[in-house]
Amino acid sequence: MSLTEMADRHGLHRVGARPSLLAYLKQTWERRDFISTMAAYRMAETNQENRLGALWLVLRPTLNAVIYGLIFGVLQSAVSRGQDYAAHVVIGVFLFDFFSACFQQGARAITGNRALVQSLSFPRISLPLAVVVEQFYTLLLSLIVMFGILIVLGHLPDWRWLLMVPLVGLYTLFNAGVAMFTARLTVHFRDLTQILPFVSRILFYTSGALFDVNKIFSAHPWVIQVYDWHPLYQVLTIARSLLMTHAAYDPMYWLYLSGWSVVALVGGFCFFWVAEEHYGRD
Amino acid sequence: MAGTDQPVVVVDDVHVEYKVYASGRAVNPNARGLRRAARSMRVVHALKGVSFMAYRNESIGVIGSNGSGKSTLMRAMVGLTPPSAGAIYASSRPNLLGVGAALIPDLSGERNIVLGGLALGFAKSEITALRDQIVEFSELQEFIDLPMRTYSSGMQARLKFAIAASQQHDILIVDEALSVGDKRFQKRSEGRIREIRDNAGTVFLVSHSMTSIRDTCDRVIWLNKGELVMDGPTDDVVTAYEASR
Repeated sequence: MSLTEMADRHGLHRVGARPSLLAYLKQTWERRDFISTMAAYRMAETNQENRLGALWLVLRPTLNAVIYGLIFGVLQSAVSRGQDYAAHVVIGVFLFDFFSACFQQGARAITGNRALVQSLSFPRISLPLAVVVEQFYTLLLSLIVMFGILIVLGHLPDWRWLLMVPLVGLYTLFNAGVAMFTARLTVHFRDLTQILPFVSRILFYTSGALFDVNKIFSAHPWVIQVYDWHPLYQVLTIARSLLMTHAAYDPMYWLYLSGWSVVALVGGFCFFWVAEEHYGRD
Repeated sequence: MAGTDQPVVVVDDVHVEYKVYASGRAVNPNARGLRRAARSMRVVHALKGVSFMAYRNESIGVIGSNGSGKSTLMRAMVGLTPPSAGAIYASSRPNLLGVGAALIPDLSGERNIVLGGLALGFAKSEITALRDQIVEFSELQEFIDLPMRTYSSGMQARLKFAIAASQQHDILIVDEALSVGDKRFQKRSEGRIREIRDNAGTVFLVSHSMTSIRDTCDRVIWLNKGELVMDGPTDDVVTAYEASR
């Protein structure tokens, strides 16, 4: 009997071979405690060396919003700025931060945990998922601050604010897909860690975080139509309508966004799973 | 051969070739096109057709001079180095303890224990119980709340071994990780290795210390220049190995 037949007869698997999608999902579910604990520990540790500690989690987006608000508030004409530009920027910057963190930290989930990946055996997808959970906790903190700022700016809460719950839910699913996607990409192309911050910045400027797309592109209606398919723009538009403008938006945005989220999540998971054998090799 | 008839690891004619630029930069095996541009390239044949089977209840020593392919074989057994020919089968993916970085350097020893345990698949409730056991075994009570990056290499090795060895019924590969520990810890970890073996686990121990190998292993594999020279009971192989030097 050959060794291969022998291995087969005793139910041995080829080392490193990726498990079936279903088995992988199950293994990942079994690591849920690992994922949430990793996220909590990471979050506690990130700002430990700073004097203001965890305060930075909310200070950073606040300062960002202040700076962007000042610069772009001055640069833009009052017409394209629209009313209530402060609230507009705060919502844009605070919510976009969640995406950019998942996008960039997710990219480092595998490459930044080399020792862990090389020593212990566990479904590697736990690492990008832990990043998303960590950023989700951070988002919850900054949402509290964001709501505070909005109230100060004169936008009082009403029942519509409750719709932020499903919105943040969909947004989280979408970002989880993005994190799994970038986590694998950087394993193949290390140079991406250098490029991704630029991509993130480009997305920041083009997703309507600072500008009112409808006003800026009023001369080019086709651009606005393209934006109807932009998932980040959809998140920001819905959030702004819920929290401040109460302006009407296409209710189909909810459907599109759900579609985007499901596609990103399922696609990201499969994309990451396919290369399960490769993580930790270098 | 010692042990039962139940093989847990089957290594079937495994070859590993590293492609290295003469400048020393490794070639990315996935690279195509531009990045695969022809430069003076050397192929290092690190493993040249190694085959063996490992059974439950075995602790296997792996010996050989530096560069004989021991670590390559161990890395191939956990899937970190893909074989260029042949295949390796195992009942579950082995855990590999090598010298090198801490698991999560910025977190305290204690948090590394919790995360390491959770990654290995323990439930949260089990870890509370295991925690004390791991801390006690590593003898790092005083330092357990310090970030792991502040540990000496010996302390890191102790904690990593204690975490990985807390798991039963599995395949554990210890690649010279114990050699950085002090004598006392080496003795204790050897005892732990024997315990894992007796509880139906399988342990591979890569070491240059023939005393460690004689004390812990009942079977030894001797590699030289990527080839399996000898595979058999510890005494025979170690005697032959020492005679050859």
